[in-house]
Amino acid sequence: MLHNKKSGQQSRRQATDGHNNDSACGLHCIKVNDLTVHAGDQTIIDKVNLHIHCGRVTAIIGRNGAGKTTLIRAILGEIKHSGHIEFMDLKDKTMKNLKVGYVPQYVNIEKNTPMSVYDMFAGYVSNAPVFFKKSKKIYDMIKKQLSIFDAEDLIDKRACDLSGGELQRVLLAIAITPVPNLLLLDEPVSGIDRNGMELFYKNIQKLKESYDLAMIVISHDFEFVSRYADHVILLDKTILKEGSFDEVRQCDDFKKVFGGGIDGYSI
Amino acid sequence: MDTLYEIMEKLLPFSWVEYNFMKNALIAIVIITPLFGILGTMIINNRMAFFSDSLGHSALTGIAVGSILGISDTNISMVLYAIVFALLLNYIKRRKTLSTDTVISVFSSFSMAIGLVILSRGGNFSRYSSLLVGDILSITVGEIGLLSIIFVITLTYWFLCFNRLNSVGINISLARSKNIASSLMEDSFSALIAIIVMLSIKWIGILIINALLILPAAASRNIATNMREYHLFSIMIAIFSGVNGLILSYYMGTATGPTVVIIAAVIFFITLFISPTRNR
Repeated sequence: MLHNKKSGQQSRRQATDGHNNDSACGLHCIKVNDLTVHAGDQTIIDKVNLHIHCGRVTAIIGRNGAGKTTLIRAILGEIKHSGHIEFMDLKDKTMKNLKVGYVPQYVNIEKNTPMSVYDMFAGYVSNAPVFFKKSKKIYDMIKKQLSIFDAEDLIDKRACDLSGGELQRVLLAIAITPVPNLLLLDEPVSGIDRNGMELFYKNIQKLKESYDLAMIVISHDFEFVSRYADHVILLDKTILKEGSFDEVRQCDDFKKVFGGGIDGYSI
Repeated sequence: MDTLYEIMEKLLPFSWVEYNFMKNALIAIVIITPLFGILGTMIINNRMAFFSDSLGHSALTGIAVGSILGISDTNISMVLYAIVFALLLNYIKRRKTLSTDTVISVFSSFSMAIGLVILSRGGNFSRYSSLLVGDILSITVGEIGLLSIIFVITLTYWFLCFNRLNSVGINISLARSKNIASSLMEDSFSALIAIIVMLSIKWIGILIINALLILPAAASRNIATNMREYHLFSIMIAIFSGVNGLILSYYMGTATGPTVVIIAAVIFFITLFISPTRNR
């Protein structure tokens, strides 16, 4: 019951937000119902309910081991879970297949790997084998997609030589090619310097403004959360508290997990 | 086959070309080594060097299990055993309860021990010791045919699946978000390595087969900047070391496999020396 009331509030707020939003129509709705993950006898995620609309950023915060990454991997369908995920187009009230984009926390590319950004990108978007020949058409398309995040100059660089911030911009471009309905980002600012972070904030803002997608971001960076998250979820196995960042950071559970008073949080 | 022999005799101005076993060996090497060069690229990218090594070691066990089950064709028993071994390893690896290194070590040593125990019953293990070093000069025309089939299968697989395989290696979750069947890719690649390793182990030898898989690609990594160069250099280095290793071993009277490995290793060190100037 509690959950239903909350999602009602959310949709109302979404309706007002929708006016100053050009591309996100706010009419795509993703519902996660009673998502539960078990590992052996242990419950890692316990009955999580989410209700998300396009054009909005939902931030998930919580202590280490609270199940944040597990929740994302369950939504990706990578680990076994109970409960279900619905994706509905409110315009015509039809259920659709949810396309999920994902920006991983790290990639498994060893030093000295002869794989250019083009090779890496093309592997996800094309069936033409990248070891055989470079396709001009795909090359131009990738360059265009990279330019959304000011990363077009990286296309011929080796992926293993990129800095954390550069790699992340490439991964963002991969994740939104083609544009998903839901974009999942796992701790996107870890290992990124100050300048890279500002650029990342800018890019998230851009995604929010000009793409018809919803975002779920796991983050420890409270500056990011307070500036960009429309909705904040404090997770520890289950949802301890949700709402705006100001609401969440004043609850007892937040103080217990992150310590300090209202202004005692760190970045 | 006879026309191929004639062409070789006309083209190659060497005395050894009059021996059919040398011609067969040369054809076999020209077929096998590019495959090793190709597979090596992804074995290194996906950090499977230890995996392919232990796969090679499981060959003896395959023969042993085959002899118990009464399978007379050792190729069949080795390939089947290696595929089962590879898929089982992948399955356990995915459960993530132990580190991959540990899982492979435990499995490989256990399986090899079983093989050695079975084969050494009655004290006639020496029959199998030729497998350790291999003998490419004993390859027959029928076996070359078999290698050609594998050659076609591997190339087809590579053209169809390489992009997806590469994506799975970069990040499994990311690959899954792009609807790539990650487990299928890992399993099919492992099975392919198993087949190729098992079918060429008689000619290359258990002890050095992994060196041939790893060295050409490792050398290529030192000088390549993208996937196309990576593959091209790896294949070229593999063929070069293979052919020259065969010829050198003929003149020096040494075992072919190790001679090939030494050449490939020398090329690796040369590329290692070149690499800093190229990559900056």
